[in-house]
Amino acid sequence: MSAESSRASALRRLKGLIRKETLQILRDPSSISIAFVLPAILLLLFGYGVSLDARHVPVALVVENPTSDTASFTASLSNSDYFTPLLMPDRQAANEAVIAGEAKAIIVLRSDFARRLFSPTGAAIQVIVNGTDANTASIISGYIEGAWQKWLNQYALDHGRTVDLPVSVEQRVWFNAEVRSRNFLVPGLIAIIMTLIGTLLTAMVVAREWERGTWEALMVTPVRIGEILLGKVIPYFVLGMGGMALSTLMAVFLFGVPLRGSLAVLLAISALYMLTALGMGLLISSVARSQFVAGQVSIIVAFLPAFILSGFIFDINSMPVVLQWLTHLIPARYFVSSLQTLFLAGDVWPIVLANGAMLCLMAAIFLTLTRIRTRKSLE
Amino acid sequence: MTAMWHRVLALIVKEFLAIWRDKKSRVVVIVPPLLQLVVFGYAATFEVSHVTTAVYNEDQGLPARQLVARFEGSPTFDIVARLTHHAEIAGMIDPKRASLVIHIGQTFSRDLASDNGAKVQLIVDGRQSNTALIILGYANRIVADFNTSWLRDHGGTPPPASLVVRSWFNPNLESKWFIVPGIVALLTMVVTIVVTSLTVAREREVGTFEQLLVTPLRPFEILIGKSIPPLVIGLAEGSVIIAVTVFWFGVPLRGHLSLLYVALFFYLLAAIGMGLMLSSLARTQQQAILGAFLFVVPAVILSGFATPISNMPPAIQDLTLVNPMRYFLIIVRGTFLQNLPPPLVFANLWPMMVIAAVTLTGAAWLFRHRLG
Repeated sequence: MSAESSRASALRRLKGLIRKETLQILRDPSSISIAFVLPAILLLLFGYGVSLDARHVPVALVVENPTSDTASFTASLSNSDYFTPLLMPDRQAANEAVIAGEAKAIIVLRSDFARRLFSPTGAAIQVIVNGTDANTASIISGYIEGAWQKWLNQYALDHGRTVDLPVSVEQRVWFNAEVRSRNFLVPGLIAIIMTLIGTLLTAMVVAREWERGTWEALMVTPVRIGEILLGKVIPYFVLGMGGMALSTLMAVFLFGVPLRGSLAVLLAISALYMLTALGMGLLISSVARSQFVAGQVSIIVAFLPAFILSGFIFDINSMPVVLQWLTHLIPARYFVSSLQTLFLAGDVWPIVLANGAMLCLMAAIFLTLTRIRTRKSLE
Repeated sequence: MTAMWHRVLALIVKEFLAIWRDKKSRVVVIVPPLLQLVVFGYAATFEVSHVTTAVYNEDQGLPARQLVARFEGSPTFDIVARLTHHAEIAGMIDPKRASLVIHIGQTFSRDLASDNGAKVQLIVDGRQSNTALIILGYANRIVADFNTSWLRDHGGTPPPASLVVRSWFNPNLESKWFIVPGIVALLTMVVTIVVTSLTVAREREVGTFEQLLVTPLRPFEILIGKSIPPLVIGLAEGSVIIAVTVFWFGVPLRGHLSLLYVALFFYLLAAIGMGLMLSSLARTQQQAILGAFLFVVPAVILSGFATPISNMPPAIQDLTLVNPMRYFLIIVRGTFLQNLPPPLVFANLWPMMVIAAVTLTGAAWLFRHRLG
């Protein structure tokens, strides 16, 4: 057989495999749904449902002795978009509202509030936040501080005085001037979705073949292992990139997330991550060989770390050092960082290249390991 | 009656064996949840520390250096670079070499001395908006402290009113106290849903479920037989996680443990009902796992586990009402930190009972009505 004809038959075998995989995907509605329905649902849920920006926070307000001064403070709270003040008759009622979760903080203006306003000690505004949700609590106390500052300036102005602030802060938030949490959550979500398609779906599908014995059946055909793997990778690669394209379109056109980097770089880095995720999925299935175990393992080693250890929601620099090291083993970490930079900042080459190189390395490791494991198992 | 219990018992034993016999699935049910508990307990934090900070100080005056010294002295900020040109700022922020740049202009000390009010510019990387907000909060507090001591030393007028902020239930605002009890809800849900969603689907795929249906076992008995093993696994896993939360992470348990267990019991029933319904609807294990996924991910996102339900748009807030995890999270966090009074526990308990009743009945009905 000449080299040319063997290459032609290899290509034909590969085509056949890809056709078989594609048919399998098209016939099983759950594969299509994970590639297109799941991304859409997740993006909608996250885009609309997940927000770290608190608005209209219910705050229990106790005014022990209403005067025009307390009224001006109350009005400044009501006028703010951040609060919904709930007027409470006394501390007891306010406490109960906080325990029941109806209010997230208590603001108390004592009976001597007006009298002490311009005394040397100044009046105290007592604020109690429900610390159960620590993040929300610190955000709310920040809002209250802002409302208090604003009121102080206004109040001093109304009374012909000025408030001395030796140093004032001018803050600039780069890349995300309105500080919308959606702008960083939605790009990160693309990483989660591609992990689901690349790792979970692939691991389950190949594990099913092991379970049913069709994998062994494939191995006794003239098809080579490399070709079998390629036949698996190509259709799921296309499926995953389809999910990615859908997610990007939704991010930009539905959620108004800016895409400041170039589309070509975004596609290239996504393709690299897709290969890594597929490699992981194939490796998991070749180790697990049952759908139950493959499903569980992919959730635990791929999905949950992509969620928690990738910098998608939680800041990596704030984790304990040991966990920071661990995050270097999570492929999603490099992808999430690239996505956040490409969408919000632009083509920042030091970040894109470093992440791209790590993804290349990981894809190569996973795919090589899969090849080795698959060959060994043919005894 | 005894015959019935005999049959159900046999089914329970069989179900346990199905999970236990396979070494891989045994490991999968035990090891990962504990690993996740520890990893997530440490990783899932909204606190920010070691903020990489670059200082661009154009002013040689003493006050400017004092302000910078306050940042240097804070454990929150790590000064990684000192800049000399404005153009260097982008080179720090863009490649994430610094998350914060503090810019003090040439006239800072002069403005401060002349009572005109000086300005300090804080530039923060907004790619992670939550982190950005927290960093700005910390930095603002340092500037506010600087202002207070400056006014004290230089005889300015203090503001007419000041804020005295206290935090209840969690005085140091440790996010671990919020996240770790939440993991009790998260992991017990994931484990029970995965175990139950596969039970019926696996039997359907292999064809043994039809066999089960032609035995004297009634759907109701199959339901009990299929529910008890995951319930036991869930209770055991929940107990371990609660113990780790208390003894390892040191989260205070201020409420009644018995109330927590009652809530856990109904929460697990609701999760099992969901899992069995998914499992009965699925034709294959793959569909069951995907179905479990399509349920678990939104359930976690819309539960208040990581972000508050009150931040969501009203329509989505209404959607969370059918999510058992929402109610259990309130109970578990309330019991741990707030000693939630029994009436409030019950207010969040009965919706879970309703969900459990509906889903379990639905699952039993589906056993018979979804064949082939």
